[in-house]
Formats: sequence, structure tokens, C-alpha cells
Amino acid sequence: MARPAARRVGLARIDRFRAVAVQGLVLAGVIALAAWFVGNTLDNLAQRGIASGFGFLGSTAGFSIIVHLIDYSELSSYGRAFVVGLLNTLLVSAAGIVLASLLGLLVGVARLSDNWLVARLATVYVETFRNLPLLLQIFFWYFAVLSAMPQPRQSHSLFGLIFLNNRGLYVPKPLVTADLWLVAAALAGGIILAACAWRWRRRRGGTARWEGAAALALAFGPAAAVAALAGPVTGWAVPALRGFSFEGGMVLIPEFVGLVLGLSFYTGAYIAENVRSGILAVDKGQREAAQALGLSRGRTLRHVILPQAMRVIVPPLTSHYLGLTKNSSLAAAIGYPDLVSVFAGTVLNQTGQAVEVIAITMAVYLAISLAIAGAMNLYNRRVVRIGESR
Amino acid sequence: MQRHARIFLLGLAVLAAASLPALAQQTLKAAKDRGHLLCGVSQGLPGFSNPDGKGDWSGLDVDFCKAVAAAALGGADKVKFLPLSGKERFTALQSGEVDILSRNTTWTLSRDTALGLNFAGVIYYDGQGFMVRRKLGVKSARELDGATACANAGTTTELNVADFFRSRGMKYKLVTFEKSDDAFAAYVKGRCDVYTTDQSGLYAQRVRLDDPDEHLILPEIISKEPLGPAVRHGDDGWFEIVKWTLFALINAEELGITAANAQQQRTESQNPEVRRLLGSEGDTGKSLGLDADWALRAIQAAGNYGELFERNLGAGSPLKIARNVNALWSKGGILYAPPVR
Repeated sequence: MARPAARRVGLARIDRFRAVAVQGLVLAGVIALAAWFVGNTLDNLAQRGIASGFGFLGSTAGFSIIVHLIDYSELSSYGRAFVVGLLNTLLVSAAGIVLASLLGLLVGVARLSDNWLVARLATVYVETFRNLPLLLQIFFWYFAVLSAMPQPRQSHSLFGLIFLNNRGLYVPKPLVTADLWLVAAALAGGIILAACAWRWRRRRGGTARWEGAAALALAFGPAAAVAALAGPVTGWAVPALRGFSFEGGMVLIPEFVGLVLGLSFYTGAYIAENVRSGILAVDKGQREAAQALGLSRGRTLRHVILPQAMRVIVPPLTSHYLGLTKNSSLAAAIGYPDLVSVFAGTVLNQTGQAVEVIAITMAVYLAISLAIAGAMNLYNRRVVRIGESR
Repeated sequence: MQRHARIFLLGLAVLAAASLPALAQQTLKAAKDRGHLLCGVSQGLPGFSNPDGKGDWSGLDVDFCKAVAAAALGGADKVKFLPLSGKERFTALQSGEVDILSRNTTWTLSRDTALGLNFAGVIYYDGQGFMVRRKLGVKSARELDGATACANAGTTTELNVADFFRSRGMKYKLVTFEKSDDAFAAYVKGRCDVYTTDQSGLYAQRVRLDDPDEHLILPEIISKEPLGPAVRHGDDGWFEIVKWTLFALINAEELGITAANAQQQRTESQNPEVRRLLGSEGDTGKSLGLDADWALRAIQAAGNYGELFERNLGAGSPLKIARNVNALWSKGGILYAPPVR
């Protein structure tokens, strides 16, 4: 008995050695190939006199960008233009994800409605938007938005404060002496604090009405305090028609609206199917039991069906969110200055450094996607736990 | 998804092409082996490069590629056209996807140096202009303070607009689109007060409108846009062939050689300049690595520069652009080609 056992151990050791050796060789091969690619690329770039390196990020950009969440002018650097494009991508993706999720949830539930008309309408929506190319839909929304809106001089106006025309939606902007970032940070902190407190109370079983008010105060109090202390609102910049268009105030441009509508209606259709499958996956007995207990339909859905359905919904939902974020790069087609349009478009063309620019762009999309996937995986873990505990 | 995949492929193409052994001095040989020339053109700009319903291309930039194909490969039909966006064009040339970029491209210092291109000369002296609706009542570009402009992304246009407004302390907003057709469509829909591109492009787009008279091209030209064909660094022989094909067409106009009379001039002309250009005297082809008839074929394929211009941009075209600076130096313009000798 001893000898075969020893032999088996010996064989296992050889197997393991072989496995490690093969993996090591493959790894070395991949590294060598990558090194050869990089070296050869650099050689060839140098040979043809094409500039390389990342020094260009510090040079003056010289072009303007129509919307920027941070300060930016023609005198800013390419690096700053990159950040502007990145923030625009994140903004449009975030807006798209929120809207697509709401739409998907609504339509997904509607498809299972007992109301014939509602269910059929939801079906028509899903089958239409899921089966048309996204780029086409984005063009449709963009030009539909443009065509529906009047020229600046014939703007729709609300109390002379808010204006809507084919240049965008103009709203008044508060003039504050304090740093807006500080207020925004206080607001974000307050909301997180309030959410934590709320959850903590709910776990203890008490969410009385006065506690709701307290939570609201907790959410908005810090921001109000910071705003009041650091410098009150000194006035409002009200948009006004000057020359060609409106000036002053904040503006939501039609490119943004067109892109968000396109992305969310398209992805919303997928999410709707996803929600439907999740709901159908919940055992029929659950609904019957809830109804037997006298729960209303709404409460059955909210407290019994959806929490369990989430286990099925969340994993594919992650893919839809990733898809939406990546699809936001179609922005270039309708002139919304996202990362691809600004950085992999204009900056690439001005500098000609395709390899560097494309590499950075790919790395950024990879990072965004991994971040979304990571966050959704965390959420998924929670959802699975809730589902099991019920 | 689609866009993402395209970026990825572009990246791969750059890597793959850059990883091949250097292509120095290989362009002509590669084109001969392939049997045709690869010519990068625009995605559709009347007068310069525009496909018809059957996919046949026409225009000034297109005819120039045909002339190069005739000179270098022996036939005007030995050329394939690749439509490129403003963003893609330089990468396509750098990575060897096209042999020549003949795509209404402005010659600038950074493109000539850092981008690794060589411009073979100027085929059309252009300048950036503005188009507005007549009913706005604007008569000059200096009245455009606060206007919104639509333009094509990835062009010198973007930078010129920024320079023009900034240097005059005027405010503006610029919306840039990947395709110039989409930029123009947005202008037509009223998204912008102004459409801006090279003046020739303004004329070209305006003839497509249902109501061309409702739109006014402002008199100001805010930039110098010398448009010319470009090749990549590292192949001087090929650079010279493209450069001298252009010079041959300009010289042909000066010498009165046309597509129709070139063959006859070759045998009958007593003018030594004509005889040298058409290959009946001396051996200009040999120094270019071509045969003696290279210029004859180029002129027969496309006509001389004047014919090229009239057919595509001038009186013989819907654009009706006057020669102005694009006339020969001897006729009040600035077109001037070095002598063939």
C-alpha cells in the first residue's frame, strides 16, 4: 500500500510542477508579446517622427466645450479637457441609469398587469425600443427634441424665470459667495447621515411620523447651515434674452436631453423584461399568502414580491448599467461633449497621439465599468441576504 | 456598443500597424502589388469628394487621387476610395490604411510635424467662413457676439472659432458633431445661429438646401486653410510622386496642356517645357521612379488644374466658386508650381 501511495504523491507533485511550469511559460509569453508590441510601437512612432508620451496633457487645449461641470476655457490644458469630458460622461450615464431603472421597473410591472390595455402598451414599448438600433433612437430623440422646441425668441416661459427653447432649458442660478462645493458636500453628508439613521431606526422597528421629519432635517440641515454661515445667496442670475439667445442662469442642452432619453428608453426596455422575469420567478404561493393576509396589491408588490424578485433582477441589471454607460459614447454623433467626443475625438485630432489617447480612454471606461460592477455586486450580496432571511 | 467597438478596433489597428516593420520606401511597391491605390477621402462633400447613388466618387480631391493612380500605377481606375471622418483621417494615414489622404485637409505646422504627415502642396486655398439665416439680419461676423455655432468635430474649425471670438472678446457657444452632415442638419433645425466650416464647404452645403437663398454666407474669412493631399513620414519617394503629380497638373494649365490635347502636344509641341513635362524630352520619370509618360497619364486622367477646378468647383459645377486666389500666379492668383526640369 505504501508504494502506490508514494507514487501517487510523486505524480501529484509532477502534475503540480507541470501546471505551474506551463502557466509560467504562458505568462512569460504574454509579457514578452506585450513588451514586443510596446517596443515596436515606440520604435515605429519615433521612426515616422510622430510625437509620443503623455506630455501633451499639460499643453493648452485652445478649443471650447459647450458644457463643463468644472471651470474650463480655451486656455485650459488637454488634461482639464479630459476631466471635463469624463465628468460629462459620468453625468449622462448617471442620469440614464436612474431614468432607465424607473422606466424599467414601471414597464416591467405594467406588463404583468391584469389591465389588458396597460399590459399591451407595455409590450409594445418593450418590443419597439428593444428592437431598434440605439444610434437611430438617439438621433430620433435629438431631432424630435429640437423640432418640438421653439426658437429662442419664441421661448416657452414660466413666470419669466424658466425658459424652454431649442437651445435648452434655462433656469435661474443662485449667486452665492460661498463655495458651492462646500454646500454640496454638506448636503451629500447630510443625506447619507439621515439614511443611516433611518435604517437604524427601522431595524429597531420604529419609524414614527416625527422621525421622518427629523430625518429630513438631518438631511438638509447641514447644507442650510453651511450656506447660511459661509455666505447667503446674494441673488439669482435669471436667464434673459440677449442678442441671439439666453444668457445667465443654468442650462440643460438638448444634446444632453436627447442622449439621456435615447439611452434610458433603450435600456429601460431591457430592464423591463428583466424585472418581469424577476417577478415571475417568485413563487405564486408568496402572492397568494400575502393576499390571504389581507395585504393590498401595492403592499404585496413592494414588501413581498419585489424584495424576492431582486435576487433574480440584480445580476443582469448590472450588465444593463454597464451597457448604458458604454453606449453613452454615442454622444459624439449628436454633439454632446462626452469623454469620447472631447478626448478621443478633438484632443486626439489636435495632438495626433492616437495610441496614448485611446489607451487612456479605454482605461477610463474599464475603470468606470469595474466600479459599477463592484458596487452592484455589493448591492447584490445584500439583496441575496434579504431574500434568504424572508 | 458600436462606438465602443470602433474605438477598440481603431486602437488595435494603430497598435498592429505600428508594430509591423517600418514601411519606408514601400508605398509605391505595395500599391503596385495590390494593384490599386488607397485614397482617403471625406464622407461626402460636394465639389471635393462625394459619392453618387452608385457609389462612384467625384470631386477635386477624388480626381487628384485618380491622377496619382494614373501617374504611378498606369490607370486612373486603379484607386479605391475610403471615406474617413475628421477624427479618423490622420490615424488611417499613419497606420497605413490609406496611401494618400486627399480629404480637404488643412496644412498646419503640428500636422506636418508631430502627426507625422507630409503635405504635398496646396490643391485649394480655402478659408473658414460663417453661414447664417438671412432673417437674423446679420451682415458681418463681428455682429455674432453671443451666437451659437454648429461645426464638425476634430477639425481646425473648432480652434479658429475659438481664436476668432476670443481675440475680439466676444462670447459664443460651439456644438461639435462627428459628421459634418449632422452638424449642418442641426443648424438647419435651428439648434445654432451659425454654421461654420471652410468657405468652399459652406457653398457646397448650401446648394443642398431647399431654400439656399434664405441663407447668407458672411464676407469674413477668419483663417487660412490651405487644403492639400498628405502622405505619411518615412517614404520620400512616394512623397515626391504625389507632390510632383500636383505640380504637373498646375504646370499643365500654365502651359495650355489639356486632357484632350495632351497626346497631340506630346508629339507636336516644340516648347521644351511642354516636351519635358510630357516625356518626349529628357527623363523626368526616371528620377521619380516612374516611366516617362507619368505626367501625360495624370493629365489625361484628370485634366489640368484649371479643368479640374471648373469641373468640380467652378462654372461647370453647381457650386459656381470663382477662381480668386486659386487662379494661376500669372492670372492674379497664387498658384505657382516649381519648374519640371
